[in-house]
Amino acid sequence: MIDDNMLILLGIVAGLLVLGSLIAEVGARVARTESGIDVANNLKDRMRSWWLMATVFAVSVLVGGVMTVVLFGVSSFLALREFITLTPTRRGDHRALFWAFFVIIPVQYVLIAQERYGAFLVFIPVYAFLLIPARMAAAGETEGFLGRMSRIQWGLMTCVYFIGHVPALLALDIADYSGRNATLLFFFILIVQINDVSQFVVGKLFGKRPIAPLVSPNKTVAGMVGGLAISAAVGASLAWITPFGVIDGAAIALCVAFMGFMGDLTMSAVKRDIGVKDYSQSLPGHGGVLDRLDSLTFAAPVFFHIVSYFYTGQV
Amino acid sequence: MIRDVFAGVVRIITGCRSRHVGPCGSAGPRVYYANHTSNLDAVVVWSSLPRECRRDCRIIAAKDYWGRTAVRRWFACRVFRAVLIDRTGVTKSNYPLRDITACLDEGCSVIIFPEGTRGNGDGAAPFRGGIWHIARDRPGVEIVPVWIENLSRVLPKGEVLPVPIAVAVTVGEPVIRGADEQKQSYLERCRDAMLSLRGELA
Repeated sequence: MIDDNMLILLGIVAGLLVLGSLIAEVGARVARTESGIDVANNLKDRMRSWWLMATVFAVSVLVGGVMTVVLFGVSSFLALREFITLTPTRRGDHRALFWAFFVIIPVQYVLIAQERYGAFLVFIPVYAFLLIPARMAAAGETEGFLGRMSRIQWGLMTCVYFIGHVPALLALDIADYSGRNATLLFFFILIVQINDVSQFVVGKLFGKRPIAPLVSPNKTVAGMVGGLAISAAVGASLAWITPFGVIDGAAIALCVAFMGFMGDLTMSAVKRDIGVKDYSQSLPGHGGVLDRLDSLTFAAPVFFHIVSYFYTGQV
Repeated sequence: MIRDVFAGVVRIITGCRSRHVGPCGSAGPRVYYANHTSNLDAVVVWSSLPRECRRDCRIIAAKDYWGRTAVRRWFACRVFRAVLIDRTGVTKSNYPLRDITACLDEGCSVIIFPEGTRGNGDGAAPFRGGIWHIARDRPGVEIVPVWIENLSRVLPKGEVLPVPIAVAVTVGEPVIRGADEQKQSYLERCRDAMLSLRGELA
């Protein structure tokens, strides 16, 4: 059973993708300068990856239920793998990393699939937090211990715990909205991605003053404001397919967009610290899985808690 | 067919990215030499070669590891057509290099690990003389450096359970022996060429 509103969202996404691909094709034909050709080719790569991501996402959300949980579980796995690959680890981290990848990720996503709301909220921040350092201490290597365990914790929190909040939306019991949680999930992803793209585009067109030049020279005040404004407008105009009113929809989209921006900025700082530009090259034009999901990691828990606090009567 | 599938599976599991700095194929057989940090090294290098290179490429593997169980023997012989080498009781008559040169003379490429033993993944131990003998006796064979990044983190020495850290394989340009080049200088150049591939993918 597919919610009709889901089809509207799919239509919007398909329309945006076609538009983007058209711009890329026209750009590639019109471009004469070297930098212009580079931009057009990069856009083509990006669009190809967008089509792939949108298709995988749409199929797994339409199939629904466990499939959606599996999609985000796999994404968490890939994101954590990218993060750990680029993070210096030592021999003494090996067993703890094995636990992180093959025990903690599956358990977390099984808890989400089984809709064990309380357990999924504490499993990583409490139990994984206790397990990982203890396992590393037992391995006996003390050099850089605090830094090493913090990196693994950070990876688990961002890549697994926060991303896990997206499929966890399916478990929320929203008043007068039963059976349509997948549409809400889709709405959330759409806002985050539209914010990313519009922030990038507005920044390229009008951006002058960088917000944190040392962290990410491409993030400008104009880009951020433009992204927030467009996200809020989209949030308001799509509010009717969500449990929110128009004003609430705009405010929530604004909040999601702002968190997305902060996530993007924070992950850029992490990348600067590690000394890389992208987490990997698995998605041509975008970088790695984690480069695409960085804004999502910060936005997902906040969106989840807003919905669960104001619209479900659960805690 | 089964080889391509297996190579694909290995690439997916190890997240292996490969890059060729030099030309990726040649008319004659090649010797790929790589840093040795894990029991999976040979399999990963083999999997990351382009299909047409992989077809004629054989792995030189220790009999005491790959010959121990039936499953390992099956993989070694059927999938990557390994040349199993006896590391114990080496004498002049069964000297391992003979099997390798025989292989090259049949037109097959080989993958070898000139450090002789597994390192910790940071640098490389001094090379043993095998590749020098091949370079001297078989001038038509290209000696090609390969650097494997991160595999020691996937499965460190002494561990049984792997961790899915993405591996990167960089294949360099052939190291050609100078006209009168001596053993020590050639081996050092080979080692430097291999180490210079470090960080190429970062």
